Amino acid sequence: MSAEPAPRLDATPPRSSYLTAGYGVRSWLLTRDHKRIALLYLASITFFFFLGGLFALLIRLELLTPEGDLVQAETYNRLFTMHGIVMVFFFLIPSIPAVLGNFFIPMMIGAKDLAFPRLNLLSWYIYVVGGLFTLWAIVHGGVDTGWTFYAPYSTVSSSSHVIPAAIGIFITGFSSILTGLNFIVTIHTMRAPGMTWFRLPLFVWSHYATSLIFVLGTPVIAVTLLLVALERILHLGFFDPALGGDPVLFQHLFWFYSHPAVYIMILPAMGVVSEIVPTFSRKSVFGYRIMAYAVVAIAVLSFLVWGHHMFVSGQSVYAGLFFSLLSFFVAIPSAVKVFNWTATMYKGSISWRTPMLYAFGFIGLFTIGGLTGLFLASLGVDVHVHDTYFIIAHFHYIMVGGAIMGYLGGIHYWWPKISGKMYPEGLAKFAAFVVFVGFNLTFFPQFILGYLGMPRRYHAYPPEFQVLNVMSTAGASILGFGYVLPLAYLVWSMRYGKDAPANPWRATGLEWRTPSPPPTENFPETPVVDWEPYEYRPKTEVEALV
Amino acid sequence: MRTDFPLFPDSASTMASQVDALYIYLIAVSAFFSLLIATLVIVFAIKYRRRSEEELPPRIHGSLMLEIVWSAIPLCIALSFFFWGAKIYFRMNRPPDDALQVYVVAKQWMWKLQHADGTREINELHVPLGRAVQLTMTSEDVIHSFFVPAFRMKRDVVPGRYSTAWFRATRTGRYHLFCSQYCGTNHAKMIGWVDVMEPIAYQNWLSAGGGSGSLAALGASLFQQHACNSCHRPDSQARGPNLEGLFGRRVSLSDGRTIVADESYIRESILNPTARLVAGFQPIMPTYQGLIGEEGVLQLIAYIRSLSQPSPAAGTQMLPPNNTMPAPIRPGTEPEPKERKP
Repeated sequence: MSAEPAPRLDATPPRSSYLTAGYGVRSWLLTRDHKRIALLYLASITFFFFLGGLFALLIRLELLTPEGDLVQAETYNRLFTMHGIVMVFFFLIPSIPAVLGNFFIPMMIGAKDLAFPRLNLLSWYIYVVGGLFTLWAIVHGGVDTGWTFYAPYSTVSSSSHVIPAAIGIFITGFSSILTGLNFIVTIHTMRAPGMTWFRLPLFVWSHYATSLIFVLGTPVIAVTLLLVALERILHLGFFDPALGGDPVLFQHLFWFYSHPAVYIMILPAMGVVSEIVPTFSRKSVFGYRIMAYAVVAIAVLSFLVWGHHMFVSGQSVYAGLFFSLLSFFVAIPSAVKVFNWTATMYKGSISWRTPMLYAFGFIGLFTIGGLTGLFLASLGVDVHVHDTYFIIAHFHYIMVGGAIMGYLGGIHYWWPKISGKMYPEGLAKFAAFVVFVGFNLTFFPQFILGYLGMPRRYHAYPPEFQVLNVMSTAGASILGFGYVLPLAYLVWSMRYGKDAPANPWRATGLEWRTPSPPPTENFPETPVVDWEPYEYRPKTEVEALV
Repeated sequence: MRTDFPLFPDSASTMASQVDALYIYLIAVSAFFSLLIATLVIVFAIKYRRRSEEELPPRIHGSLMLEIVWSAIPLCIALSFFFWGAKIYFRMNRPPDDALQVYVVAKQWMWKLQHADGTREINELHVPLGRAVQLTMTSEDVIHSFFVPAFRMKRDVVPGRYSTAWFRATRTGRYHLFCSQYCGTNHAKMIGWVDVMEPIAYQNWLSAGGGSGSLAALGASLFQQHACNSCHRPDSQARGPNLEGLFGRRVSLSDGRTIVADESYIRESILNPTARLVAGFQPIMPTYQGLIGEEGVLQLIAYIRSLSQPSPAAGTQMLPPNNTMPAPIRPGTEPEPKERKP
């Protein structure tokens, strides 16, 4: 970088960007451009997000009164099951990796695309096919097993569409595996000259850790669902004791994947926050290497704690002790990350733009979600709160308060780069505020409900739980409004928004050193990296980067 | 203490105050750290807010010392949670030896409960104040979970095996019993009540209930009915192991292992007799799967258990006679857990 101010990269019209590279349907559906594939994912997961949200809204409306009066018990059971399946497998797991990861990992490491562009497109098609199976199951009456598919209920007792839904999740799993594989190979082999491992943005580190879980964990859920299907169709005794099976075996297999899956959802969000906080503090992230080690540590530990879902299932007391202890160890790298984000702000130059507001929200809500995880790791307390609303509140603090706050923060942060347009700042700040208030009003009362003993998945409940449920439902309607707002103004901004400069935030990452929206090949010429991650330089050089 | 806006459930067992104490400690630590982080974020965000678009803050890359400090402190606190939680968990998993036995069979969507004297209940469990009650539970179909919030007690009820849980009630009253493991359409209707009664009231309730003979006696008649005694007999003609004094003893198996003859082993030996054969016997016993239901198996177990008890009226007595006080009651106190394998 010279001290001479560079010409504005977007000052030379007319310029071709990835968005203008082709206009027909074929140019989208047969694209191999990671950025266009990211937008295909964005459209599909947005559809599933609002579908899952609709189910959530109906659940909350039913729970407004203690009696099961809005929908029948069978319908209610299908609603919470499909809410879980759609949100977990078709929104949260692909959300940040398949959209923001797909778009920005190649750009952040200075590559033209992912290592396997065709495989990337295939991943999206696999995801869509899996999604269609699940939609078929939903349209034909749905599934009532809970997203956890616990056997032997799912294998011998449920009369709902277990098999199409399981096939949908099975298929979609391959999309995750291929995406993970693609990311791992890309990060290993396609870094630009000078982009060493310890110059990678933490977003890339967190996706590397996430990809390891994708590749190692997803096959286990695939085989588990296959066993469920085989027991259902052929009556092979894997889980049903009447056929010689072991019902608790299912739980081991299921949680061996599904606990790490929680980290699939939260690690990428941590990566987003690790980009936003330095940018809007205009400072290097505090303890960069520790932050990188922490995400890898969380990914490794995530595979060793599945048994904490079974403290009351009758596993041995010593297994309980072992999994409890290891679960507490996950708290350490998580706590370190929270402290480091906070310390990054110390003596910074802090800008209150929308992405930073989401990052503030993430830090606060993830802290509460993480700390309440310690309640559940504590054996004696878990026995009481297990399978109550306490755990519902806890994992929504992680998955909604954490992962979705991170996702929305990331969408706003990179929206100028993705669309080439600025979003309306005032409205976006208002929406972030609405989401934060609505979220807390929805889920905080559920901690209290859970400790009072209200079990999860109850269609009707004793009347003394009503006040807290009404608060929760009120919050959910506010939260729903907060989610519709960004959809509306982001779509609006694509046409009417102000043109975005190449680097509206003066961020340091490579993705900001190319025009907005980027050209198909990402960079006019291969960048050479000679600076440390998040390194803010004296003014003249910062200018030069803009 | 039911107010309109309670924060704690009723507290009606010896476990409740222990669980609540740890819970309050967890809340205190969580509140401290949440407020600490929230305060720091807000203070930094205001104090260091951007005052000009051009400003460039000082470079700070990190501090190993700080990283060590804020790893070590959470580690120590987490370990304190772990040990405290583990201590309570051990107590929850060690029923006292003098516990009353209650057998629970769950099915979609009801709780069937049997007392040792043969009294049966559905979706309602009467227990005496101050006396430990041990539940031996199984399911006829899918997994259920026996949850009494006021006792801070929960245990999954799994088909094909026995799970046990225990509590000692410390306050009379009526407390919710919930199924907390999702079990199908009417999961939310699989609820009931636990009635904690003064010991005398409990005895009166038992005698009024008119149990059709004790569980062990019911088991004894099943034992006759299925002609179990033609093989399981104390004399030299026995083709099956002698069951007197068997319960709770170690037995040698034909494959050389030794195991304890507990509820699960006896259940398995009735339903799948050749799975774990006692050394010295031929695999000739037929299965009783389908012939004897879960409740019948529990009655047989109660009978076999009674054969090992040094009670004068062996075979029928598991409870003191109805007109006497039950075994020592020390309300509100917790005997030291006996050394039993968890």
